[in-house]
Amino acid sequence: MTNHWIDLKNSDCILVMGSNAAANHPISMKWVQRAKDKGAVLLSVDPRFTQTSAKADFYTALRSGTDVAFLGGMINYIVNNNRYFKEYVAEYTNASFIVGDKFDFADGLFSGYNKEKRSYDKSTWAYKKNDKGTIEKDPTLQNPRCVFQLMKKHYSRYAPEQVSGITGTPVEDLLKVYDIYSQTGVKDKAGTIMYAMGWTQHTVGVQNIRAMSMIQLLLGNIGIPGGGVNALRGESNVQGSTDHALLFHILPGYLKTPVSTFQTLEAYNKASAPVSNDPMSANWWQNYPKYSTSLLTAMWGDAAKKENDFGYGWLPKIDPGQNFSWLNLFDAMYDGKIKGFFAWGQNPACSGANANKVRAALAKLDWLVNVNIFDNETGSFWKAPGQDPKTIKTEVFMLPCAASMEKAGSITNSGRWAQWRYKAVNAPGDARPDGDILTDLMLRVKKLYKAGGKFPDPILNLKWDYVDAHGEFDPIAAAKQINGFFLQDKEIAGKQFKKGDLVPAFGLLQADGSTSAGNWLYTQSFNADGNNMARRGKDDPTGMGLYPKWGWAWPVNRRILYNRASVDASGKPWSPNKAIIEWKEGKWVGDVPDGPWPPMSDKEKTKYPFIMTAEGFGRVFGPGLQDGPFPEHYEPLECPIPNNPMNKQYINPTAKIFSGKMDQHLTCDPRFPFVATTYRVTEHWQTGVMTRWQPWLIEAEPQMFVEMSIELAKMRGINNGDKVKVSSPRGEVGCIAIVTTRFRPFKVAGIEVHEVGMPWSFGWITPKDGGESVNLLTPNIGDPNTMIPESKAFMVNVIKS
Amino acid sequence: MPGYSIMVDTSKCTACRGCQIACKQWNVLPGTETRNLGTHQNPPDFNFNTYKVVRFSEGSQPDGKAFWYFMTDQCRHCLSPGCMATVENGEIIQDEKTGAVLYTPKTKDLDFNAVREGCPFDVPRQDEKSKLIAKCTLCFDRITNNMIPACVKSCPTGAMTFGPREEILELVGKTVDGLKKKFPDAKAVNADEVRVIYVVTDDPAKYYKYMAGR
Repeated sequence: MTNHWIDLKNSDCILVMGSNAAANHPISMKWVQRAKDKGAVLLSVDPRFTQTSAKADFYTALRSGTDVAFLGGMINYIVNNNRYFKEYVAEYTNASFIVGDKFDFADGLFSGYNKEKRSYDKSTWAYKKNDKGTIEKDPTLQNPRCVFQLMKKHYSRYAPEQVSGITGTPVEDLLKVYDIYSQTGVKDKAGTIMYAMGWTQHTVGVQNIRAMSMIQLLLGNIGIPGGGVNALRGESNVQGSTDHALLFHILPGYLKTPVSTFQTLEAYNKASAPVSNDPMSANWWQNYPKYSTSLLTAMWGDAAKKENDFGYGWLPKIDPGQNFSWLNLFDAMYDGKIKGFFAWGQNPACSGANANKVRAALAKLDWLVNVNIFDNETGSFWKAPGQDPKTIKTEVFMLPCAASMEKAGSITNSGRWAQWRYKAVNAPGDARPDGDILTDLMLRVKKLYKAGGKFPDPILNLKWDYVDAHGEFDPIAAAKQINGFFLQDKEIAGKQFKKGDLVPAFGLLQADGSTSAGNWLYTQSFNADGNNMARRGKDDPTGMGLYPKWGWAWPVNRRILYNRASVDASGKPWSPNKAIIEWKEGKWVGDVPDGPWPPMSDKEKTKYPFIMTAEGFGRVFGPGLQDGPFPEHYEPLECPIPNNPMNKQYINPTAKIFSGKMDQHLTCDPRFPFVATTYRVTEHWQTGVMTRWQPWLIEAEPQMFVEMSIELAKMRGINNGDKVKVSSPRGEVGCIAIVTTRFRPFKVAGIEVHEVGMPWSFGWITPKDGGESVNLLTPNIGDPNTMIPESKAFMVNVIKS
Repeated sequence: MPGYSIMVDTSKCTACRGCQIACKQWNVLPGTETRNLGTHQNPPDFNFNTYKVVRFSEGSQPDGKAFWYFMTDQCRHCLSPGCMATVENGEIIQDEKTGAVLYTPKTKDLDFNAVREGCPFDVPRQDEKSKLIAKCTLCFDRITNNMIPACVKSCPTGAMTFGPREEILELVGKTVDGLKKKFPDAKAVNADEVRVIYVVTDDPAKYYKYMAGR
């Protein structure tokens, strides 16, 4: 979230699209309700009429996988009807930037496309620069090669009738949503978006969010209370796990995983820290070397010295273009290239797209360690229905771990608030906190390397002093190291710091090895003031629900990102009812500002508000993505229509398509005529590993179901409550039919298209007759930027069983 | 008529079912075995171990648009409880201070059909074996110990409010007035006769056939 949960109450118009907040983030509706109580409008756009739709002021449907078309139409509407916030767009976004002559778009392809590699040469999307290396701009937005005009041209193709033919949304409904939402493009109104996996799990997942980010920039909704682009994270600490580099392509704090071509820390830093020739751009990432060096010293302690490049050579490197994301990992596992696997707090046998392939891949392993609080379909994959345990060689180890209330530690919510949790009870039986299991594992690996092994340095030198006097993992010690220490006495700007002092905030981190920080973004979370994540102060000085002394938010306790875009050139809020920061008597008051510099009117000392982009401006044009600088509609890998009404490309031209024996997909095929999507229910947590054992929850949602329209049910002779079989080219799942008026057929490209929806909360292990995972049906194709699978739009058949 | 009341503002209910689960948790009631019957409503109805059911009701409005109404159903704690019609020996009591209608172990001696039929909202349920009759207690053990009912406590959106009856009646009036701007048919259901007062935005029968009584 650029903003945070409580801030939803400050909104004037809340669009819920790509999520079903009422069911999956129930408490968020408390703040949505507060906004509604003050007159805010709630819009719900979803293939299915959901619990959120039931509370909305206006609901309309779209076919799964057509969000870019829907939002592209909104951009077109905003431009044509002059609904954009002109001053904001001209001053704070890159709408005024001139794009280089090489940039072009034709037949659904941007310039620089390489058909063999299915990728773009992004250098053709570069901005035009003058002799001094600064970007050429036209603040009047009239230059035909400026971002605004290129954008206008691109989305002029997304007229309401055209969009309606793709999404299946009636034209008058499109116009109603566009009209209501774009009314927030004025100074005293804020519109916000609540999205989740309904936007991400597509081959155009990132572009869905890009399209909304463009809308938010055009309407001046970024940086202000009640605005922003807000991802509702699907797991209570998924924000924290991402910040701390759960994913392969990042190191903690969104530093880049080193590539083998960068052999020295200097080469790595140079390639990672962007350069700006514009003195008004803060270009915050120019501080990259401070953060990377502090990470290395946090990892290897005293062994990280200037002479050995602070241990940079010990970091694992990937080869250029190598991608170790989920789909690729399980593809490699299926091909027998991976021997051992830790399934830690996860259930890939049910959560992985094309789960039959995942389950087959698990059988190719030599060993599997399943760390979880309950047995699950992953740990017991070898005895699943249809499996012959005698033929499976995989040795499985089950390690019971502590549940969240059985261990202390921090948890970071969607709004970036890190909150410390105390341990309530001891874990039962042999169950241990994850930190203890990890520590035990690491110390044993170290011992083995001591006895010999290839390249032992990174293991033997690894600093691992996160153990208390009882030999148990000490989360406080880990939290302090994440914050970071001074490693020597140091004077900075006249202030003295002693060796061993906690670093007060990341502005003081150094690139010379004199500081350490396990995650620069969290520097300030645990400093001389104490464990700031454990704070429970209830003061709300701005009255806007920031609660600055409750827990701690990254970065530096800033509650609303890009908040310097909420004020005009003189530092005054665009509107008094949207005041989150203000320049008063030579300083900022309110939220922690995005940097201390004075407002834009002080041309000498100011910096542009979007400090995390090299150029300092919000990006309407996004030249960094794999699949184009402007979102364009492409059909899902599996779709119900024979061509893409928008352009000559059928699917995303950069999406990675797997083509092995188990990577089946069929598009516009009469055997699989219905669009399908997946979702969660309130009662079950992810694949249901924790909740399917809970009698009250399983009583409320006992069985796998498929929701379908009355029209589809009639066509297939299905009655409400019947047992049915849903199949895709990859598998089949037995379901109970819920025949409902909440799904309606779509008119798409002149034909009638039906859609069905299923939860992904079930699996064979429990309860009895609960049913199987919907992921036996979903395709393993990924978004080219994130490789997230397209679980939200694929094709199935439904028959009575 | 003093005592307490609950207002259920259905316009704020999202059917998260926190109240249904909280009720089971506080009262230490077992989960019953259920099947999906083509609806999310489960358990499908009250039973001896289920005092609270979130009812789901869907259909099309006259303009063709879908509606989906949610109603967290429970004992209304009537001011003149119909279920007490055949009570002679204190099998069911009405607590004077709180207004809670409470079923005692003596309910096993009552004619269950008379009790059930006496309830306009079809709430009481009997255990076949022990013949005991059970339903919501207004969390009598909580409200007499300075705690609000478990269901009210669990509600994330503020759809349920508990308090002294006069205050709740005032709130009901304000809530209905506020809702009328958007929903001209907004009204309170049986506010003068029951302690658990539902505020609806449409015909109560569209939420549940017995919402306003049989």
